[in-house]
Amino acid sequence: MITAPAGRELEAGVPRIPRPRRTGGLLRGLLLAVMGILSMFPLYMMFATSFKVQTQIFMPNATFFSREFWLFTPTLENYRSVLVDGNFVRYLTNSLIVGVVSTVLTLLFSVLAAYALARFSFMGRGVISWTSLLLRTVPLVVLVVPVYGIWQGWGINDTLPGLILLYTAVNIPFAIWVLYGFIAQVPQELEEAAAVDGASPFRTFFAVVLPLIRPGLAAAGIFVFRVAWNEFILALVLTNRFSRTMPVEIAANITDVGVEWGRVMAMGVLIAIPPLLFTLLAARQLIAGLTAGAVKG
Amino acid sequence: MIAAKPPRSVKQPLTRLTPWLFVLPATLIMAVACLYPVLQALRLSFYNWSIGTPWTEATFAGAQYFSRLVQDPAVLSSLLTTLLFAATVVIAEMILGLVLALALEKPMRGLTLFRTVFILPMMIAPIVVGLTWRFLFDTNFGAINALMTSLGVGKITWLADPNLAFFAVVVADIWQWTPFVFIMLAAGLQNLDGAVIEAAAIDGATPWQAIWSVKLPMLMPIIVVTLLLRLIDAFRVLEVVYIMTGGGPGNSTEILSMHIYKTAFSGGQLGYASAISVLLLAVVMGLSVAVLRLSNPLSAGKKA
Repeated sequence: MITAPAGRELEAGVPRIPRPRRTGGLLRGLLLAVMGILSMFPLYMMFATSFKVQTQIFMPNATFFSREFWLFTPTLENYRSVLVDGNFVRYLTNSLIVGVVSTVLTLLFSVLAAYALARFSFMGRGVISWTSLLLRTVPLVVLVVPVYGIWQGWGINDTLPGLILLYTAVNIPFAIWVLYGFIAQVPQELEEAAAVDGASPFRTFFAVVLPLIRPGLAAAGIFVFRVAWNEFILALVLTNRFSRTMPVEIAANITDVGVEWGRVMAMGVLIAIPPLLFTLLAARQLIAGLTAGAVKG
Repeated sequence: MIAAKPPRSVKQPLTRLTPWLFVLPATLIMAVACLYPVLQALRLSFYNWSIGTPWTEATFAGAQYFSRLVQDPAVLSSLLTTLLFAATVVIAEMILGLVLALALEKPMRGLTLFRTVFILPMMIAPIVVGLTWRFLFDTNFGAINALMTSLGVGKITWLADPNLAFFAVVVADIWQWTPFVFIMLAAGLQNLDGAVIEAAAIDGATPWQAIWSVKLPMLMPIIVVTLLLRLIDAFRVLEVVYIMTGGGPGNSTEILSMHIYKTAFSGGQLGYASAISVLLLAVVMGLSVAVLRLSNPLSAGKKA
């Protein structure tokens, strides 16, 4: 990931000014370690708590540096109790269906649109670009009231297709612009060559462009899935017994008194696993996707 | 290159429709399920609509919600809380992210792993961030009070005190979003012209001078864009506050998004909630236009 900019190699012959390296390196290593630990500690606490029973979690006299704070006998009881709950399993399935289907639809529609915006000039291009660029940042809470009424009017509140439609719509503006950044980097000569060989625009797109922007699709897909999988406020308003998703169920378990922390954390771990896995597998693409538009522009 | 045009012009009728075939599905869905609700939010802010009735039965109320909104102390207090929250988290995240990006600029062992670990908090559900930090700040169960006890401070009721609750929410946001600033600025630093920095070093600039007089000015466009992107997101925060404090105690953490939700679904005043959401929308749209003026992906594509 880290490569020296070309300019530095050109200057390689120039003698460098020696600097005190050792202490700097040590300090930077220390900074790296401290920030890494601060970053991981809350997640560690969530994982650890999900393997504890209530008596292990409630330690009125435990201090941070005591043995009992760090050492415990792990139990799968919380996961068992969560996963034998038929309702919870249904909400988990709902989240999976909504997340996967809306991600696939968003990617398919967005990549087509991004390609047209990047490669063709046509009437309406300006309007579509600007509308989608502005829709990209609309706070979801602004949609809560109208969507509550409209979805009811259309008879798709408390249905999975209703949620899928909504998440696809709010994700498309974002996905278009992540993918646009990747498509703009594909050398246009390749498409021109395909066109010369007689390929239709659609064939050129699917056979030439799509394979080249696979990293972009991965990055956009993860970001889009993350929104659909994690979304809370719209799901809270739109869903009821039937189509409830995991974030809504978790929030329902956080009450003012007597939160069952072990169970709640087990739910938290279950909902955190897919995004964490994707991030660990594709951190490089995600960072490229995050910085593509703003930094290279 | 030269032969690129003819095959397309042979199929002229298809060619003119082709771009539209590509953009049509995305445009339709966006228009129906995103743009249409946003426009309805604008319309409903002029309508009297109570919860429990179909939205088609809402009656026209004129601009009364907007005249009420500007005099409503609850809205004003919520707006101030939002501004204070946004300013605090964004300033803290920018400073922390910039320091980290500068300190970890040079390649070193463990940096790739660190960056992967560092972006995890921004990928997990805001709901999970909220519940994790609510647990950490819990008076009896929380790790933070366990640490406080060890340090001899004793137990603090973090989420029951207005100021401390605000602080707790701020900490959670900083934990989640500082990595974003770091990633953006680190990428920006890598894209700087190395020759200029090398020239400064040859001219005898100390590392400190190189940062202040060379790197920061060159980095400024990316700093500004990152700052605006963070501001936009800070105005969109909801879940972490919803879970950690629910806007309380009192209304000490009741940011606008929380206030809109409560007005609509606890207060049942859907029209008034729409009017407040127009206020929030205006702030965010203003910031978005600023970002687009500074770094427009449209023009970036043209250059390529």
